[in-house]
Amino acid sequence: MDDTRGLGLSRRGMLAASAATATVAAGTTPAGVLAAPARVPVPGKVPVRFSVNGKSAELSLDTRTTLLDALREHLALTGTKKGCDHGQCGACTVIVNGTRINSCLSLAVQHMGDEVTTIEGLGTPEDLHPMQAAFVKHDGYQCGYCTPGQICSAVSVLKEIEEGIPSHVTDDLEGEMRPTNMEMRERMSGNICRCGAYSNIAEAMAEVAGAEA
Amino acid sequence: MRAFTYQRATSPREAAAAVAGKRGAMFLGGGTNLLDLMKLEIEVPTHLVDVQDIGLDAIEETDEGGLRIGALVSNTALAADARVRRDYAVLSRAIVAGASGQLRNKATTAGNLLQRTRCPYFYDPNMPCNKRKPGTGCAAIEGYSRQLAVIGTSDKCIATYPGDMAVALRVLDAEVETIKADGATRSIPIADFHRLPGDAPERDNVLEPGELITGVVLPGPIGGTHVYRKVRDRRSYAFALVSVAAVIQDDGTGRVAFGGVAPKPWRDEAAEAALPQGAKAVVSRAFAKARPSEHNKFKITLAERTLAAVIAKARS
Ligand SMILES: Cc1cc2nc3c(=O)[nH]c(=O)nc-3n(C[C@H](O)[C@H](O)[C@H](O)COP(=O)(O)OP(=O)(O)OC[C@H]3O[C@@H](n4cnc5c(N)ncnc54)[C@H](O)[C@@H]3O)c2cc1C
Ligand code: SF4
Repeated sequence: MDDTRGLGLSRRGMLAASAATATVAAGTTPAGVLAAPARVPVPGKVPVRFSVNGKSAELSLDTRTTLLDALREHLALTGTKKGCDHGQCGACTVIVNGTRINSCLSLAVQHMGDEVTTIEGLGTPEDLHPMQAAFVKHDGYQCGYCTPGQICSAVSVLKEIEEGIPSHVTDDLEGEMRPTNMEMRERMSGNICRCGAYSNIAEAMAEVAGAEA
Repeated sequence: MRAFTYQRATSPREAAAAVAGKRGAMFLGGGTNLLDLMKLEIEVPTHLVDVQDIGLDAIEETDEGGLRIGALVSNTALAADARVRRDYAVLSRAIVAGASGQLRNKATTAGNLLQRTRCPYFYDPNMPCNKRKPGTGCAAIEGYSRQLAVIGTSDKCIATYPGDMAVALRVLDAEVETIKADGATRSIPIADFHRLPGDAPERDNVLEPGELITGVVLPGPIGGTHVYRKVRDRRSYAFALVSVAAVIQDDGTGRVAFGGVAPKPWRDEAAEAALPQGAKAVVSRAFAKARPSEHNKFKITLAERTLAAVIAKARS
């Protein structure tokens, strides 16, 4: 660390920089290793405030913190799961200002003032959300890891159909959108289930859609 | 992910100035492509300028009878807009054929246009790639090129432009509007927006550093039957092997652009004039200069069959 003092770097900045360059450092000269940190900004913490499940959350976070990590690591809301961390599996799906998104591909700082709903906010073990109850009834899971994301998505899918948002399998773009099995399967394609509980998930959704219709 | 500082701009010009004024700065739209690439350290911005508060989130009618789509309009909102569904159905269809519901809710119009290639070697920082690291070579040319481009390539890069929305924008003759730090604005025809790789595959498009997309303008509706047909390895939530966006008129004439085959949405107006003669006539002309590999030559056959299906659907 002594060598870096002359560059005016804080220890924290150097640590972040060396972690980031670790993969290339092995083959580079010491000068190359030291040159890199000078361009890397010191990762300051920034204040982030949003509401989660109706409660206000105030955090001080590294800018790199995703919404997913803020929820899991900083707010101990571990219902939301980390699967691929690249938007490919849907396990991290949460509802922000009424729409579902992948919380892994969103920075916490992007959500200042937003209203976030996670699986913990949809219902409680004593008072399940109708979709949670339907998943239990229809066995819409096996291992359960993808389930919080599936349920957040399923709730949003029914809302998106009600709002008239079209999907890839919608025949008539201008007609009424209906919660058919095909529609629900297509709209749920962003949520992967490695146990293959898909057909039961679709049945759970159909029950809730029918009850609401 | 490398460290970066973060700022929220409050106007388009402020955003452009913030990115232009700082080396290593980038705009942040929905983040669904940029953050993915930052996690892999393929993109390493030192400063992010979040544009979510700069306005530009509406779809407005233009004096010319078309639509101006704000850069921040989400993919979902654009696909669901009643005017788009009625008059530009190929655009709605293309959008909902891409990504997932969650991603489309977050993704912006500008970000979608600017999404980077899905070439597997671009995504693997251990492999040489001229697009990711200029001058390192192209692992795909001698590698596994099944997903990659068959036309418009160079000996530096054979990657495709992976998006769906822009293929529809290409048949609709959309224009991309931008603003620079000094306040200068310009309007770029979508045909000229994405670049062919040539000697500089690292540049996907003609935007200058710090140039912000403010919106996309659609000319007035052109009628016809709008079809978007996407062929991929699974039925949903996968990038195109080949896609066809078409607007076909009752007399059999029309417009057609192909996705998944080139570094940009591929439309050849001279080839398209052959639409009344059928898919083979169009594809043999549009792909006359194709340089496919052993792995991806199937895409040309697939393009012809997909277009044939599109024409049949438009007639039915
Ligand atoms: C698993 C997965 C599957 C996908 N499948 C598909 C698919 O099948 N078809 C498809 O088309 N897409 C697909 N996508 C890509 C998706 O459409 C894009 O990630 C999305 O459209 C990007 O929009 P964004 O607003 O999130 O962009 P961002 O990630 O925020 O930005 C992308 C780029 O645009 C720049 N930028 C953002 N806004 C502006 C602006 N106003 N002016 C100038 N520059 C700007 C950023 O600096 C960045 O370089 C998929 C993505 C994932 C993760
Ligand atoms: S095709 Fe282009 S993106 Fe893919 S490895 Fe070659 S240079 Fe990189």
